[in-house]
Formats: sequence, C-alpha cells, structure tokens
Amino acid sequence: MTRINLRVDQENVSDDVEPRMLLVQYLREKLGKTGTVIGCDTSNCGACTVHLNGRSVKSCNVLAVQADGAVIDTIERLADDDGTLHPVQVAFRECHGLQCGFCTPGMIMQAVDLLNENPSPTEHEVRVGLEGNLCRCTGYHNIVKSVLYAAELMQGASKEGANA
Amino acid sequence: MIPARFDYVAAASVEEALQALSQSDDAKIIAGGQSLLPVLRLRLNAPELLVDIGRIDSLRGVREDGDALVIGALTTHSDIVTDDLVRRHALLLSKAAAEVADNQIRHRGTFGGSCAHADPAGDMGSAALAMDAEFVIAGAGGTRTVPAADFFVDLFETALGEDEILTEIRVPKKTGWGAHYEKFVRVAHQWPIVAVAATVNASGGTINEAKVALTNMGSTPLRASATEAALSGATATEDGVRAAADQAGEGTNPPSDLNGAADYRRHLATVLTRRAVLAAAGA
Repeated sequence: MTRINLRVDQENVSDDVEPRMLLVQYLREKLGKTGTVIGCDTSNCGACTVHLNGRSVKSCNVLAVQADGAVIDTIERLADDDGTLHPVQVAFRECHGLQCGFCTPGMIMQAVDLLNENPSPTEHEVRVGLEGNLCRCTGYHNIVKSVLYAAELMQGASKEGANA
Repeated sequence: MIPARFDYVAAASVEEALQALSQSDDAKIIAGGQSLLPVLRLRLNAPELLVDIGRIDSLRGVREDGDALVIGALTTHSDIVTDDLVRRHALLLSKAAAEVADNQIRHRGTFGGSCAHADPAGDMGSAALAMDAEFVIAGAGGTRTVPAADFFVDLFETALGEDEILTEIRVPKKTGWGAHYEKFVRVAHQWPIVAVAATVNASGGTINEAKVALTNMGSTPLRASATEAALSGATATEDGVRAAADQAGEGTNPPSDLNGAADYRRHLATVLTRRAVLAAAGA
C-alpha cells in the first residue's frame, strides 16, 4: 500500500491505496464520488474526465498514486454549494446537450477545460476540443451547441463583471 | 479492468530512478502513463515494479543550447504544442504533438514517453526523426546520446537498455522552416493509418531543403530519403513536388490490417507526403 494525500473537490483527503488503483476507482470506490463514471475502460471514451491540477485528464488512465499531491476537481463540485449550476451545466440543460446522460460528466469537464483555454471557440474548435469524448447516443450536435452557448453565457458574465 | 499487482517507487531524481531500475529484472518506467496504463489494464504486460519518473522536475521543460533545443523527456504533448521556443525553432514537433490522441491524453502524455514506447503508429517518433533529433540516455555509467535514426530499433523497441532512462531530446534548430504533420485517420483521436511529418526550408516558391518522415509505414518511423533528395530545388507546387512525393513509399514495409493493406498504405504515403510538403512550404 502507498500513502497518498490529495485535494479532491476542495477537501483534503488521505488514504493508503494499492499502487495499481486507478484514479477513477479511487474517486468512486474510496471517496464515493460516483458522479465521475467509467465508460470504456480503455481510455477512449472520456466519460471519466476530471481536472488534475487544473487540466482535463482521463481518470481511468491515471494511477491514484500518480495523483499524490495533486488537486482534483470532479463534476460533483462544479455547481455552487447553493445548487447554482455552472454555465456549462446550464447550457447543456438549455440546449438538450444530453440524451442518455452517461457521457455528460466527461463532456462537461472537458468543455470547461476547453473554454478555460479558449473562451470563444469556433464550432470547429469545439468539435476538435471534444474529440476525446464519445457520445454513444451520437448526440454531438446538441453537445456542440451547448458548449457554444456556454461560451456565450460565460462571455456575457465576464462582460457584466467588467462593467460592474 | 485493473492492472495486475506491481510494486511502485516514485523516484525523486534520475539517480534514484536508476537505482530502483537496477534492483529489478522486471521493471517498467512510467512517466505520463498514457500508453503504458492501457497496456497494463489490458494485461498485455505485468511488470513487477513501476518506477515513476513523473515527479522529477528537471526532466520537464524546453531550453536553448546553442544551435539546439533541449526538450525534457517529461515535457507533455500539450506543452510542446504551445511552447514558444518549440514553435519558433522546431515547428514540426508542435504540429505533430497537436495531432497526438486527444486533449486529455496530451495533458498527461510526454514526448519522451511517446518516443520510448516506440509504437510505430505513434506520432512523435517520425516528427523526431524528420527533425534529426538526438536522444540523451542516462544509465549507471553516465549519459550517452543516440541519433533518432539509431534510436528506433523495431516494433516497440528502442536503443534504451533495461536499466536506462531517456532524459532529454536534443533537436537541431530549424528556425524559419515551415512544417506540417499530415495524419490520416478513420475516426477522431485514433492512431494514424499513415501519417507524414514534413519540415521544409523554402524561399521564393522553391524548396531548398526538406525533411520528411513516415508514421506507420514499417516497424519504426521511416525517413523518406528518396523524396527528400528529389525535393531539393523543387518548385513548391502540386506538380513540382509530385514526382518527389511519389517516391515516398520506397523502401517501406507497411503493415496490412483492418485499416488497409500494405499497397494501399504505400499509395497513401505518396498522397499524404505531397499534401504535407506543400502545406509545410506554405503552398
């Protein structure tokens, strides 16, 4: 067993884990954070996407021990404490960016990363930015619309902020 | 699936990592782990020890050293995509790194790890070969430097010894050269069926010098030598480069698989070479 200390969704956690434990297993099975899902187990589908030190990663393709000392953010802390949704979540709801919903946690976490890097992407940039996330329902059109709408919402918010 | 059990050492320095490697006959090095972890999860490999070099900060980052760029083995693909020095002096690496897998993988996967893994369908090997990169390897007896042409030995096999670590990649600067990585895939974020890495020194619509290497056209990245020679002095137009590009398949030994037969790949290589060279020449 190896001792790991990390900060997950703004709380410090510490555990002894087997070196072979995957980060996604640690999040789900040790911490009970089942908001992050396992879609494919071969690092293809992106459903397990979380942020590690601020950048998106596939948590099925990172060992928990590799994340020792890191800051992890999952879909579970994206909304505010009072339940106010993140603009990307608002946009996915508004634009029907989900069908079965299984890919949604990963899509949203990747979209947040994408918009952090590029606040006003073109449709093409959104599609390329999401190429590591698969939607088995093939609902890509509304997902792309959602991300573009989220960009608008976030731009609007930052403009308001600038005017205030 | 989860990997088979293994012991784990997080090395704080290259020396510590070398020490750990020397104490096991069945160790693997893990950096970003983006190629290794799928292998372990599918249980295609089950080493008894993983030596994690991911925390050795001295192996990360890009610096200049005279006429060369020195890229730490742990530098991630996404850092290579955006790094100013790489974009200025080794644009081809930046272009190829942008095509590796997807964003999430690029955030974790490393240049050194990708080359050491030596998947013949990996994108960075042919880019490194086209750039005439040299691989700096640390071992118990000190460091040695191996040119890209000798580094890639066979399928998933490099010049790295069991107890050695790839620490840096040295790349001769090609400042002002155009570059393009033309990757042909069936679906997004997959390995290329064939890809072509090209960097070109062109002026006034004429190609002065071109470096071209091929991905997935044999068991290692391959240099398109005949094409390179024929491109020297060629006009940077579709017709001007056609004859040179048509030689891209010479001396290759591409695989036949579900994505295409060997002769299909040989043809594809000529088409993609033409596209890559023209894009690199800004035509």
